[in-house]
Amino acid sequence: MYTATVFLPLLGAIIAGFFGRRIGDLGAQVVTCALVGLPLLFSIVIFVQVIGGGHTESVRLFTWFVSGDVEVAWSLRFDALTAVMLIVVNGVSFLVHVYSVGYMHGDGSIPRFQSYLSFFTFAMLMLVTADNLVQLYFGWEGVGLASYLLIGFWYDRPSAVAAAIKAFIVNRIGDFGFGLGIFATFVLFDSVNYDVIFAAAPDKAGAMFHIFGLDANAITACCLLLFVGAMGKSAQFILHTWLPDAMEGPTPVSALIHAATMVTAGVFMVARMSPLFEYSETALTVVTVVGAVTAFFAATVGCVQNDIKRVVAYSTCSQLGYMFFAIGVSAYQAGIFHLFTHAFFKALLFLGAGSVIHAMSGEQDMRKMGGIWRKVKMTYAVMLIGSIALAGIPPFAGYWSKDTILEAAWSAGTDVGRFAYWLGILAAFMTAFYSWRLLILTFHGKPRADHHVMEHVHESPWVMMVPLLVLAAGAVLAGWIGHAWFVGEGMDGFWSKSILLLKGHDALRDLEKVPSIVSWLPTLVALAGIWLAYHLYVRRPELPAWLAEEFRPIYLFMLNKWYFDELYDFFLVRPAFAIGRGFWKGGDAGVIDGLGPDGLAAVTRGFARRFSLLQSGYLYHYAFAMLIGIAAFVTWYVLRVG
Amino acid sequence: MSEWPLLTITTFLPLLGAAFIVTIRGEAQAVARNARNVAMATSLLSLLVSVLAWAEFDPASADFQLIDQAQWLPGFAINYKMGVDGISLFFVLLSTFLTPICILSSYEAVRVRVKEYMIAFLVLETMMVGMFCALDLVLFYIFFEGVLIPMFIIIGVWGGPRRVYAAFKFFLYTLLGSVLLLLALIAMYYDAHTTDIPTMLAHSFPVTMQPWLWLAFFASFAVKVPMWPVHTWLPDAHVEAPTAGSVILAGVLLKMGGYGFIRFSVPMFPVASHDFAPLIYTLSVVAVIYTSLVALVQEDMKKLIAYSSVAHMGFVTIGVFTVKVQGLEGALFQMLSHGVVSGALFLCVGVVYDRMHSRDIARYGGLVHRMPFYAFTFMVFTLASVGLPGTSGFVGEFLSLLGAFQANTWVALLAATGVILGAAYMLYLYRRVIFGKLEREDLKSILDLSPREIAVFAPMILVVFWLGIYPSSFLTPMHASVARLVANYHVALQAAQGLSVAAR
Repeated sequence: MYTATVFLPLLGAIIAGFFGRRIGDLGAQVVTCALVGLPLLFSIVIFVQVIGGGHTESVRLFTWFVSGDVEVAWSLRFDALTAVMLIVVNGVSFLVHVYSVGYMHGDGSIPRFQSYLSFFTFAMLMLVTADNLVQLYFGWEGVGLASYLLIGFWYDRPSAVAAAIKAFIVNRIGDFGFGLGIFATFVLFDSVNYDVIFAAAPDKAGAMFHIFGLDANAITACCLLLFVGAMGKSAQFILHTWLPDAMEGPTPVSALIHAATMVTAGVFMVARMSPLFEYSETALTVVTVVGAVTAFFAATVGCVQNDIKRVVAYSTCSQLGYMFFAIGVSAYQAGIFHLFTHAFFKALLFLGAGSVIHAMSGEQDMRKMGGIWRKVKMTYAVMLIGSIALAGIPPFAGYWSKDTILEAAWSAGTDVGRFAYWLGILAAFMTAFYSWRLLILTFHGKPRADHHVMEHVHESPWVMMVPLLVLAAGAVLAGWIGHAWFVGEGMDGFWSKSILLLKGHDALRDLEKVPSIVSWLPTLVALAGIWLAYHLYVRRPELPAWLAEEFRPIYLFMLNKWYFDELYDFFLVRPAFAIGRGFWKGGDAGVIDGLGPDGLAAVTRGFARRFSLLQSGYLYHYAFAMLIGIAAFVTWYVLRVG
Repeated sequence: MSEWPLLTITTFLPLLGAAFIVTIRGEAQAVARNARNVAMATSLLSLLVSVLAWAEFDPASADFQLIDQAQWLPGFAINYKMGVDGISLFFVLLSTFLTPICILSSYEAVRVRVKEYMIAFLVLETMMVGMFCALDLVLFYIFFEGVLIPMFIIIGVWGGPRRVYAAFKFFLYTLLGSVLLLLALIAMYYDAHTTDIPTMLAHSFPVTMQPWLWLAFFASFAVKVPMWPVHTWLPDAHVEAPTAGSVILAGVLLKMGGYGFIRFSVPMFPVASHDFAPLIYTLSVVAVIYTSLVALVQEDMKKLIAYSSVAHMGFVTIGVFTVKVQGLEGALFQMLSHGVVSGALFLCVGVVYDRMHSRDIARYGGLVHRMPFYAFTFMVFTLASVGLPGTSGFVGEFLSLLGAFQANTWVALLAATGVILGAAYMLYLYRRVIFGKLEREDLKSILDLSPREIAVFAPMILVVFWLGIYPSSFLTPMHASVARLVANYHVALQAAQGLSVAAR
């Protein structure tokens, strides 16, 4: 069962991918849904077994590769952390598979789409069940590939293909760090297996090694390099640019990959490596700062975007920031708790947005929406639930996890903890603001679409609505139910040994000691954010335009996502091409060939031509040359002897 | 079975086939058909025999195995001696695996002088296999140089418009290095009084001689690999060579350099190898970054893949000179993987070249609409080239970089940027050829892979996944030989250091 949980989706992907034409669209849909649905049932059983039993299951499949001391096996590991991830991945994946049946209706390549989705699920499952860093890397790159294929699913669109490549390459930049992190870890521990690394970590605390010309704390170096990978995958500040562009993919993809699962892989990985990160204060500090900055930065951008999916995308980016700074203050459980609740309400928001786009005949620009809530009441209702959960209004899911994170950041008692808390509060304010901005622009006010579109506005079919309702139930209840287990009294029994907390890292245990204003502030600012959105977009709809005009530089700065794309294009992409062209035309063709083979050949030919001039064919020329020769010899002889 | 001279059979069977083809007479069509079939049959037979050799091979032993020997020039202690160890075994298999694929892929692409073409390929196979099996330095040299002749002819006769320039550039470049190799060989003979490779591996050459010998070998192998800055023959040769020629060029000929470094430079001149390692690192890192950037801006598909080969071979040379178990096994594995993957990528280019007679990237676009099988195949090899885990490219890259990281973190850091750039140029290529709208009129009738082409690619796809998912089949036989190489290297280094300390 354990093995089947991971490999059934792969089977589904292969069947749908290679035999899609034979079994037809419907066949492919049924097969892939079933082969993801079954693992979902299994994961529930696994969840009960692993968490109930409080032990770790592992299944060793076979050796992958061995070289010297490096021993890597294909093997699966199921502990509490994995069990939680299995529920998230298989749960959301199954719902998205079902939802896609409705959403992709009429598309020409349905088997391919379902196959990619199932392949993604497989890769993600490999990632979360890995028991060593290299297999983790396999899943890590595998989900990257699936993401690439799905973003570029509509390969006729240049923008989609460009976004796909961008996603892959930016992720590769992260993986570059991640790979070096694996090397560093191997050098330090002589192994890439979790068990060995975690067992040896306490002894290596404080060990130093020489890396990139610096003498660094070994564990810090490993953690920071690994974290670069997490930043790429989870779209953290600096490496976030691919995520908004990834919205070019079909919406179910955005829900599955770019909201609920793949982008949380970075968070999962850092939590998985908690026995390492715990020994490096520096690394934890960096994680906190990056997370907090991302939470804040992405929220600012989210406030001014006009594309409905991009708003949700930046929101995802921002929420991932929360998860990271939770981890940074050693509240791993809170980070994973937020990951869990976020999967429900963010998948809900994306699929809801998909339902809106479906209703609006493919329109994604919120400026061309509005006034449709009566026509799509159910979609409206679930979007509202998702937004309340995202904004963190009690007792919806987001409230429980986000509040815990912010309280933990405060109770950590460190400067960076406080820094994260205040940025988190600002971000919470903006989160509520942009969520309601989205709701109001999309559903309320006067219709801004033309009448053709408005006539077509319709509720989505049941096959799409049922997944939405299930997720909505999760968005309402997940936090309330999960709270006690994930971060409450039951915490230690729940997580068992899958997450390590060192003594002194008590952010989560000291939550009660936090002043009550600190724990109420997030909710208060969320309400304020909602009020502001209401004020700006319902009561004084002329204000936003005036503000944008009055604070134009700031508005443009935020609208253009702090100009990161332009910066990268100018400093990295263009120079790469320019240098490449320079090396090619100047280096290879000019210098190397010019001085090397072609140059030598030219010189040789030049000499040859000159020598060939000597061979004039006239006898007297040769005779003359001989005379000169004799004269020279005689002279030389005379001089020498003389 | 074991009393059969398997390696000799593998080596000379193709030559026999070539001799047989020479005798084929008759109507042009029939000659061509018979020549193709005979070539195919011989190369398959040769593959079969080499697989038997693999089965006979004892992976636990670090020694040379399956040795065949005969007296050749007894007065000079120069003998005919063939054998393989864990280092050379898979190069033999790579050669015998790629040759039938090349022959099959040329069934329709080559229509003129078919008989001569097939003869050239079979002779080429004999030379390649012989080179990897040779256990006598003179024998090695003969095969090593012999490879040039059929390749020169293949490029020069069946190549593209600038084939003569490319053929000469290829020939002269490589010959230049070989001349120095010959000199070094003579010098080594005077020192060791034998050309028997196993004996020479045990012989320790004087420390003062080593740098010179090392440089001479380096000159020859660096051109073959090719290392920056002596790589400029490769893009030209690839562009002009016929598809199958490119496959062998990238698949096997480039490996001769890497093999040479592992077989000769490192174990025979350990002190020099150690001293020159920084030079190799520098050149390799430059190669990885420089050629990756150049690949990014190419407009010709074959050139792009040719440049990517230089970058990939950069990982190999880094791995070799780390002289760590992971580095060496990674380098060996990377060569195997690259042999299959780059060969397959050239075949992918060949598929569309056969149809449209153009290698211009801009000439294509949107092929996925008409050619889904082709798109899938191309994607598999693109991903393998990018080093995605689960495909063959990953293991070699991972291990050689891991070796590099242990030797020098900066080298690993800089070389690893190649992983990013590699993804960039390959996906960019794939996007321009396969994705997008199908707009050109003449592409709208382009046909997907034929059954013959599927037969060409299917085994390669299988091997790519085999290498990626269960690489142990290939790594296990390497362990013993590589471990001994590394151990001997360190013993020799310590001895040399001890000497220099004593001399002070």
